[in-house]
Amino acid sequence: MAETLTEKKLMVKKAMIGDPVDYFVERHVKEFGESSLTREIWLARKRREEIVRPVLFVGTGTCGLGAGAGRTLKAILRYLTERRVEADVVEVGCIGICVEEPLVDIQLSGKNRLSFRQITEDRVADLLDGVFAGKVPSERVIGQHRNPKAASWDDIPYLDEHPFFAPQTRRVLVRCGLINPRDLEEYVAHGGYRALAETLSRYTPSEVCEQIEKSGLRGRGGGGFPAGLKWKLALQKPADQRYLICNADEGDPGAFMDRAVIEGDPHRLIEGMAIAAYAMGATRAYIYIRAEYPLAISRLDEAIAQARSAGFLGKNLFGSGNDLEIVIKKGAGAFVCGEETALIHSIEGRRGMPRPKPPFPSESGLFGKPTAVSNVETLANVPDILDRGADWFSVIGTETSKGTKVFALSGKIRYTGLVEVAMGTTLRQIVFDIGGGIPENRAYKAVQIGGPSGGCIPEAHLDIQIDYESLKRIGAMMGSGGLVVMDETTCMVDIAKYFMDFIQRESCGKCIPCREGTRRMLEILERITRGRRNENGVDALERFKGVMYLARLASVIQDTSLCGLGKSAPNPVLSTLRWFRDEYEAHIYERRCPAGACPELLTYLIDEDQCRGCTLCAKQCPAEAILGKPKAPHYILPDKCIGCGACVDVCRFGAVNVS
Amino acid sequence: MVKLSVNNRNIEAKSGDTILSVLKRNGIKVPTLCHLEGLFPSGACRMCVVEVEGLPGLVPSCAYPVQDGMRIQTHSPRAVRARKTIVELLLADHPDDCLYCVRNGDCDLQNLAEELGVRQRRYAGKKSMHQIDSSSPSLIRDPAKCILCGKCVRVCEEIQGVSAIDFIGRGSRARVGPAFDEGLNVSSCINCGQCVTVCPTGALREQSALKDVIDALNDPGKFVVVQHAPSVSVTLGEEFGIKPGTDMIGAMTTALRRLGFDRVFDTSFSADLTIMEEGSELVKRIREGGPLPLLTSCSPGWIKFVEQFYPELIGHVSSCKSPQQMLGAIAKSYFAEREGIDPARMYSVSIMPCTAKKFEAERPELSSGGLADVDAVLTTREAARLIRMRGLDLNSLPPEPADTPFGERSSAGKLFGVSGGVMEAAARSAHYLLTGEEMADPVIKSLRGLDGIKEATITIGGLELGLAVASGLANARKLLDQIRAGRKDLHFMEVMTCPGGCIAGGGQPVSSDPNAIRARMKSLYAIDTGAANRVSHRNKQIQKIYEEFLGEPLGERSHKLLHTRYVTRDVMI
Amino acid sequence: MNPSVQTILDKYVGEGRDSLIPLLQEVQDREGYLSRDALKLIGRHLNLPASKIYGVATFYNQFRFEAVGRYHIQVCRGTACHVKGSAKVLETLTRELKIRPGQTTRDGLFSIEVVACIGACGLAPVIAVNGEFHAGVTPEKIKEILRTYRKQGAEAIHG
Repeated sequence: MAETLTEKKLMVKKAMIGDPVDYFVERHVKEFGESSLTREIWLARKRREEIVRPVLFVGTGTCGLGAGAGRTLKAILRYLTERRVEADVVEVGCIGICVEEPLVDIQLSGKNRLSFRQITEDRVADLLDGVFAGKVPSERVIGQHRNPKAASWDDIPYLDEHPFFAPQTRRVLVRCGLINPRDLEEYVAHGGYRALAETLSRYTPSEVCEQIEKSGLRGRGGGGFPAGLKWKLALQKPADQRYLICNADEGDPGAFMDRAVIEGDPHRLIEGMAIAAYAMGATRAYIYIRAEYPLAISRLDEAIAQARSAGFLGKNLFGSGNDLEIVIKKGAGAFVCGEETALIHSIEGRRGMPRPKPPFPSESGLFGKPTAVSNVETLANVPDILDRGADWFSVIGTETSKGTKVFALSGKIRYTGLVEVAMGTTLRQIVFDIGGGIPENRAYKAVQIGGPSGGCIPEAHLDIQIDYESLKRIGAMMGSGGLVVMDETTCMVDIAKYFMDFIQRESCGKCIPCREGTRRMLEILERITRGRRNENGVDALERFKGVMYLARLASVIQDTSLCGLGKSAPNPVLSTLRWFRDEYEAHIYERRCPAGACPELLTYLIDEDQCRGCTLCAKQCPAEAILGKPKAPHYILPDKCIGCGACVDVCRFGAVNVS
Repeated sequence: MVKLSVNNRNIEAKSGDTILSVLKRNGIKVPTLCHLEGLFPSGACRMCVVEVEGLPGLVPSCAYPVQDGMRIQTHSPRAVRARKTIVELLLADHPDDCLYCVRNGDCDLQNLAEELGVRQRRYAGKKSMHQIDSSSPSLIRDPAKCILCGKCVRVCEEIQGVSAIDFIGRGSRARVGPAFDEGLNVSSCINCGQCVTVCPTGALREQSALKDVIDALNDPGKFVVVQHAPSVSVTLGEEFGIKPGTDMIGAMTTALRRLGFDRVFDTSFSADLTIMEEGSELVKRIREGGPLPLLTSCSPGWIKFVEQFYPELIGHVSSCKSPQQMLGAIAKSYFAEREGIDPARMYSVSIMPCTAKKFEAERPELSSGGLADVDAVLTTREAARLIRMRGLDLNSLPPEPADTPFGERSSAGKLFGVSGGVMEAAARSAHYLLTGEEMADPVIKSLRGLDGIKEATITIGGLELGLAVASGLANARKLLDQIRAGRKDLHFMEVMTCPGGCIAGGGQPVSSDPNAIRARMKSLYAIDTGAANRVSHRNKQIQKIYEEFLGEPLGERSHKLLHTRYVTRDVMI
Repeated sequence: MNPSVQTILDKYVGEGRDSLIPLLQEVQDREGYLSRDALKLIGRHLNLPASKIYGVATFYNQFRFEAVGRYHIQVCRGTACHVKGSAKVLETLTRELKIRPGQTTRDGLFSIEVVACIGACGLAPVIAVNGEFHAGVTPEKIKEILRTYRKQGAEAIHG
């Protein structure tokens, strides 16, 4: 089935208005005088299947840079100049295995490309010395890539067999970290813009909507609304102008999928947007992206300029008579702008406060015109669906949720990073097979999914197959895909408090239940985690009273809030209450934190036998709660101690005990 | 037409209507805190939520359109519990000082707490800290009492076109206020007080002059005169539970006298005087070629508005002081001289439907010889408070007539209280001034009613005059922008700051009756219809003051006492 | 008149309200913060009331109304960073610098800002100093980082 589809596509290709590959080959022939260049040669060159001199790839996405990739890159360039080595250096995005950053790949002529881990600047010389001499340092190698036109390395595993990569189904991320995100030609050589060219020449806008509907693609931003239907609604509304908005605001703390996709493969998003804009009849599109992502913004800027100069954007795309301008709008930091009407207000230059729906944006959105807001990952899925067909897409997934989902894996887990799995994969597979489980032999406690709107999933539900519906059933939600893993040292009451604090700060303040309710919920949790020494008699009463009304408050907030942010605001509390009730009870009744994470509920004691009287702890104590003469055992005043743990951190003799 | 069921009763409704409007029409009351009739629903307060079968959450009835086959429960336990919780949450961050609040007994939040049976402090917690802003001569803002319904913000922006205030900050730190968290006094606030009339709580109120007035009344050395604006007699009754629109002129005069005011005057008298001056100014400008259109100057909110936003049109504004200031000025000159009272001993109080009048009375140019024309301005609401404070029952007081010489008025002067009234009054006298004859029909129908912009063309002695009336400054903006863009057919334009005119002023009783404004308007029209004298120039006392004191309209003395000048104001735009 | 703000405004001729946020961002990038004068100029330029500009500027986390320190420290308080101990990181910073988030040290060297998530969760806990990331920070590392910048700052000022 998949075979025949591909054939059909190849036949159609000849009838296209313009093949992006031919466009570049012709350009090279005509403009750069490469008269002997053929399509095949160009493809092999641009796909780096055949290279003439070594290529070094450095992962300089935001995570890479954070781990020191900038310094690594400099060290590599210095090495090459000093030793007069002829090689190409290519900056690539993130392949997803953040914990191993900085990542350096090396491809030698005729051989498979190799990936190396944790190449900090001081390791550059050794690595390059070794590889150029034909000796691959095995402790640094992650694996080799596959290349049909090159020889493989002996005794080096393939990257796609690595436990982190093997269980993944990489579609959206397939080129992230592999290709040069700043080179349009590389994208095209890997099949880029083929889908757009074909779409414009073969399908009517409503046919594109139907294809997307048929594929079962649902919004990856959290809501899970069918993408094709969303565009069709906007298309069907008569209007002189319609707008497509790509939501790249990625405000969920703990999520960075969109950033990685844009940094690593920006043209994929632009192509997806161009197809979606065509499908809904929009000639102007916006990318609303966080200002905190300067690198992603500059990648997009560059990519849009490249696409425009190649005629893939702007006026008369591919000679089809359709226009599309893409404008970047930088968000200014407001979580609530993930809500579509708030986002629209923000683009219009207003306070990002949601408004009641209906009317939905598909009727009256940006500047009062029909508008569709789609998420980065949703749009990044679109080119493949048009290129390979709706059936190819929907082969993978569950009954209600098709395709793959990208997750950002972080927290107490061995392999932090970006993973893409088929819908229906279990959480256990993600956490333990791909993520490598919990480090330091600690026990798994929960995984938080869906950000501030989501919930915490306990061990007992690790085997559910992930899709939109199954997550909702256990009080969580897909959200945008942040997966934060927590171990036994994470306190679930503290996590609930963390999210309530986040939400009440990020609430827009417009509707009363969200503005006032989340603030009171936070206070209730604060009372639970506050130590008795800072509590007077009335507080204890309030503590119990608060807990009694917590559920009632939560249900009213869910029931009456204006927007999705408010409606889902109580989720982190409700889900932790549901699955980790015992931890709440320990805090409330026994006044202790089983995870040992709530500082005010801990007691600190100095072991007289261990203490040497070095006075370091007394100097560090911010509350002046430690007394003692030099060279004599010190002691802590329990009434003054604020439980910050500074004394534990500084003590060189392990004399401070925590209980 | 769609069919739906509400509380298990079948109802028919127009498709496209909101649930709330359908409920209202069918006599079902669902509470609201942020709803403003005629403006796009904001959906902020969530008080109006109802349960709709098949929809996951509760639905805000103010914003949700009715659909065929909808099954709605307006007071299900779930909906009522949600409303109650919302009120409890509001109270958790409220000062809880009802007994000390100016809106005690007249507060939407208080009423809702009562209706929903809030009897305990369920959600205790930290209250937000705020400072009271008493910088404005007209208004006081107490953000601690603000529930962020946003009505004031929307009225200021959408009805008045001013935008002196907006939401600031976010989340639980969100608040309403002028730019840079500054005081209202340095903002573009025009002091109209429309925000006060929509505020559901005591977060916005007038800057009260009650204490000053009481002190003056208690001071035996002071000769205290009071004037009341044309619209006050038809609105004051509402503060005493009397039907909206009832004319309480007689009982009000009695009450004021019993409060200890030495003279009770009627601002409608000086409205007649305004017509003499402004009518003459109009005639003069028509004869001498402009600048036209002449813009009226009675409404002090509008005056500050034009000074701030349309300084290039200041030359168009009539130089006449407002009736309040005219009366103040002649009381301390003509009247004081006649009665042999030292003007410095005289204390002049006015009762106004307006908060901007407080600002106007403080303008330094509206004084002579260092004495302010008007010393203290009370709103209708404050006057009612004063009357209640002295134990007077407006319902049972026998009517008394006003004092001479400023007690006599034509009904034209009385019409100043309603949008279009100045125009009608001016047209009547201009007709006489230009032709020597009275208008055959003194009523100009197209200038009556509650529309925000009203226009008419009348012919006086062969001269075709273009007249325009705007109320609500967002409406005025529309006309002013046309004039700015070169519109030339208008000769005279009346602007009232508040939508509908002074009957809906920012100092008027905060009515829960949606038809109150209409009733007030009708009442003023009825007074005009039944009046013996319907034109300003036939007011005997007016004729007398010109004979004895002023000389002629626009004469030297008039110029000194009754006219003023305006300044360009550079506000934080 | 502020010449540098004016040059930015000159690039936005004839633009509507939708350029308000880009304008605020560009002005803050140039000036380090949003001054009252700058906001007034923007208001005049876009014909928007000051209350609306201030309302928008105070809504978004990004905008500041005071100058930041020479070294502006952003502490990520995303979920992953929280789980990995960012609360302690923040506490160490406030203790070491004796300022709270949103404040600047008296010598003008450091300021602290708490940010929601800077999207480098794989490296948690993370701080960024003038945009440069520091991954996997601990209280000890923080002290070291501060020492480095203090030294740099002293060199920049004195020599």
